[in-house]
Amino acid sequence: MSEFSTEQVRHLAGLARIALTEDELGRLAGELGAIVDNVAIVQRAAGPDVVATSHPIPLVNVYRDDVPTETLTAEQAVSGAPEHDGSRFKVSAILGEEQ
Amino acid sequence: MDFDKALELYEPVIGLEVHVELSTETKMFSSAPNPAAKGNHSAAPNTQITPVCLGLPGSLPVVNEKAVRYSISLGLALGCEIAPTSRFARKNYFYPDLAKNYQISQYDEPIAFEGSLDVELEDGTVITVPIERAHMEEDAGKLTHVGGATGRIQGAEYSLVDYNRAGVPLVEIVTKPIFGGEHRAPEIAKAYVATIRDIVRALGISEARMERGNLRCDANVSLRPRGQEKLGTRTETKNVNSLRSIERAVRYEIQRQAVILAGGGSITQETRHWHEDTGVTSAGRPKSDADDYRYFPEPDLLPVEPSLELIEELRAALPEPPAALRRRLKADWGFGDQEFQDVVNSGLLVEVEETIAAGASATAARKWWMGELSRIANAQQVEPASLATPQQIAEIVVLVESGELTDRLARQVLEGVIAGEGTPAEIVEARGLKVVSDDGALIAAIDEALASQPDVLAKIRDGKVQAAGAVIGAVMKAMKGQADAARVRELVLERAQA
Repeated sequence: MSEFSTEQVRHLAGLARIALTEDELGRLAGELGAIVDNVAIVQRAAGPDVVATSHPIPLVNVYRDDVPTETLTAEQAVSGAPEHDGSRFKVSAILGEEQ
Repeated sequence: MDFDKALELYEPVIGLEVHVELSTETKMFSSAPNPAAKGNHSAAPNTQITPVCLGLPGSLPVVNEKAVRYSISLGLALGCEIAPTSRFARKNYFYPDLAKNYQISQYDEPIAFEGSLDVELEDGTVITVPIERAHMEEDAGKLTHVGGATGRIQGAEYSLVDYNRAGVPLVEIVTKPIFGGEHRAPEIAKAYVATIRDIVRALGISEARMERGNLRCDANVSLRPRGQEKLGTRTETKNVNSLRSIERAVRYEIQRQAVILAGGGSITQETRHWHEDTGVTSAGRPKSDADDYRYFPEPDLLPVEPSLELIEELRAALPEPPAALRRRLKADWGFGDQEFQDVVNSGLLVEVEETIAAGASATAARKWWMGELSRIANAQQVEPASLATPQQIAEIVVLVESGELTDRLARQVLEGVIAGEGTPAEIVEARGLKVVSDDGALIAAIDEALASQPDVLAKIRDGKVQAAGAVIGAVMKAMKGQADAARVRELVLERAQA
């Protein structure tokens, strides 16, 4: 069985902004280990002749023409937002910065 | 520590990341109009968006074919290999500049890689900058921080988000470490970005207006003690929005790091912000766990596999490389070495070229951009290109060259153009600036001036032609400056003998 440490789970949970208790960290470490084990079984079936793929259907180059279509209005855009100023989304000041 | 001393102790190594906003009509993955397209930069907040730009449930991205073609062209112009297969990837992070909590980018399979770009410095030295990769991605939205004293994020109460820019097609060009720049490292950084700007404009794939963020540069700088093999810790300076700032920011960062290292300290790996007003960088976010972006292949998009035919078609359509273009233009325009180099160094080569293409003479095009426009731009702390278009300047030049405007009137027309009053022709009409070329009106004014200055008239009749100046001045005044002084002079001499 794959080793998945509680520290690794804690790190991932932090990146995903998910608050987990110590109990949950321990339980998820075990469950994630089992998932990784199962993926490893599938990996054994794929020999060197099977190329890595991110999509089940062999399609490439699916494009759209560069032609503008209808847009949302600002009112529609913010209509589902908990807070806005009429045209812009209002978010709490975040002590981060753009990436 | 001064710059020379810093260079004596340490070798600077720089790396540059340039983001180019493509000027396609629509965004990278959505058919929303692109605010980086020509003439579309001032749309009201959140009006250039579709559900895809907001990452609404059920919406799916579809790749803009034009953006792929533009990206390949740019890759080729940078001497890159074009990947037979490239893929999009999700870069995961939490920040409200993108509503999806990830940016669609490219990770281990960029569309273009392994290139190089020849960059010419002010004295004509050519430096070859090695290019690591160029990849496609989407731009993020804009946050306005409200509250707080300075409008910056520190102390802000909340932020307002406009997603118009979210999804604008971007190509990020990443250099390999640039060694051996030494004291010219800041100049190389500036010249590199200027060359990329020239290339994307020649390709017609970006508006490339730095003041609007169409072209943005992050500068990585590290120092290593002389003789050391291992690279020093680097910082990444962001928010560098003009060519002049790039040079200043790199220079500043070299000096700042040298002081710390010489004092026995160590450099923190972090992003730093450039402050245009004070000319310094300040610490931003330290590199941390949060930089684990957990990239994975974008499941909503399919691989991009450009055919060899497409690549060759785009290669054949590439414009001349900047160095060859410069050699040709210099010969075509008949400028001297210094005259031409001044235009290149001012970053106005493309403007001058387009002004000439629009019908102006080479000398006049150079004079307007290097003279009046540069002077006004300097006073207003903006780029000359943001004041007027080459077409507008060419139109003014043509009016001057056909005798319809004097230089002085032409400057007034330019004022009107800058103020957004319309085309030069419209401004001439609206402001009533046309040269008085009606001899009848001139003669009437001349006769009146001669009659009121009989002593001058006598002198002219005695052959003292220089005395005519007083009459010419009076006539020009009567015409409110809207007459061609040479023609007035001719007529004055003619009427004096009448």
